[in-house]
Amino acid sequence: MKYLIALLVMGLLTNNFVLSKFYGICPFLGVSKKLNTAVGMSAAVIFVMLMATAATYPINQLLVKNDLAFLQTVVFILVIAALVQMVEIVLKKFMKPLYNALGIYLPLITTNCAVLGVVLLNVDEGYTFVQAMVNTLGAGLGFMLAMVLFAGVRKKMENCDIPEFLQGLPITLIAASLVSLSFLGFGGIVEGMGLI
Amino acid sequence: MAEKKSLGKEFTKGLIKENPVLRLVLGTCPTLAVTTSVTNAIGMGIAATIVLVCSNIVISALRKVIPSKVRIPAFIVVIASFVTIVQMLVKAFVPALDTALGAFLPLIVVNCIILGRAEAYASKNSIIYSAVDGLGMGVGFTAALCLMGTFREVLGAGTFLAGIQDLLVLFGDNVLGGWNGFDFNGALEFAGLQPITLFILPAGGFFVFGILMAVANKIADGMGKPKAVLGCASCPMAAHCTSKKEDSKCNKKEADAV
Repeated sequence: MKYLIALLVMGLLTNNFVLSKFYGICPFLGVSKKLNTAVGMSAAVIFVMLMATAATYPINQLLVKNDLAFLQTVVFILVIAALVQMVEIVLKKFMKPLYNALGIYLPLITTNCAVLGVVLLNVDEGYTFVQAMVNTLGAGLGFMLAMVLFAGVRKKMENCDIPEFLQGLPITLIAASLVSLSFLGFGGIVEGMGLI
Repeated sequence: MAEKKSLGKEFTKGLIKENPVLRLVLGTCPTLAVTTSVTNAIGMGIAATIVLVCSNIVISALRKVIPSKVRIPAFIVVIASFVTIVQMLVKAFVPALDTALGAFLPLIVVNCIILGRAEAYASKNSIIYSAVDGLGMGVGFTAALCLMGTFREVLGAGTFLAGIQDLLVLFGDNVLGGWNGFDFNGALEFAGLQPITLFILPAGGFFVFGILMAVANKIADGMGKPKAVLGCASCPMAAHCTSKKEDSKCNKKEADAV
């Protein structure tokens, strides 16, 4: 139990998926301009991440059992691509409100390295099913935290007088650097709380 | 394709005019993650270039066979196969690089540069042009990574090309005569200085990338080119993106956000 909480805290704060591990930078920079799109995107990512972890865990067991572990990358990306399509279809048919909220982000998630990244990481670390799910949840929530915080930062930034040559992407990256810097302050929190 | 094409031009456009990292803003994740040292940057660049060239060739060869409705999954399978091959080769011959790159080696699969080139170029052009385009883009990617890696490694760790021997282990144990990169730490200490560790931390990655992007924009501006922007244009999923069909709402949404 302690270990699970540690995994969650690490995913959220100390080893934030976006700000310290650099997974999913494209959506982090691309859709963080507005708070509601940031929340929508992260919710979709968390959803797909959890589904992908749940789906790939048994498949990986099967691959390892049959000495096919080298096929992981190919199989996982296909599973994720198929899953995203399926989720889109199911949501469109049965859960219209949710589809309207998350629908436009779903096709973009297949090539989001955060999803494939977390799945591969779970396999590399040799987590059990529960640990893998918790780690995924932590990573997803960390992604959401980074997105939401950054959306706030960008909103403030709009009123600033930015030098011309830094306008646009450069200042966004520098702002991301400062947000990432602030997350350094969480270093050692897991050890400090006596979780490991 | 009214524009006249030459192989040389296809190659060089990837280097500067359409540099995947600094102009098209593709593949930002590996750019930020692996540039803590130049050696890693070179390794990542070469691995991605190999995948890019091979997948461009195969996708270009199959471009008339793959139905356009399922082309994205088909591209992904081709790319994933080559990534797996490269991954096995790296594991076997350059194990140090495999450890250094970690999950970012298999994550070449979702590197937007590769899928983006497959979608934007290889699926429309002949094999030779696609191969050259892939090579140019790959070299441009490697160059951008090395540039960023140079700043981060020299400022952050006080070394340059450290661990290069591990990368060249393929050609023998002692190709460079025991030389394993520059180390300025002694000189720095003599001057009473220390490397700025921040630069090899994640925050430094964002910072260096931001500054490089500003410089690239400034240069582009001087040549009368538009600034690099992150948008639907550079997104490989744009064709499949439902928001694009609805009168490019994705672009509009971003534009509305004022």
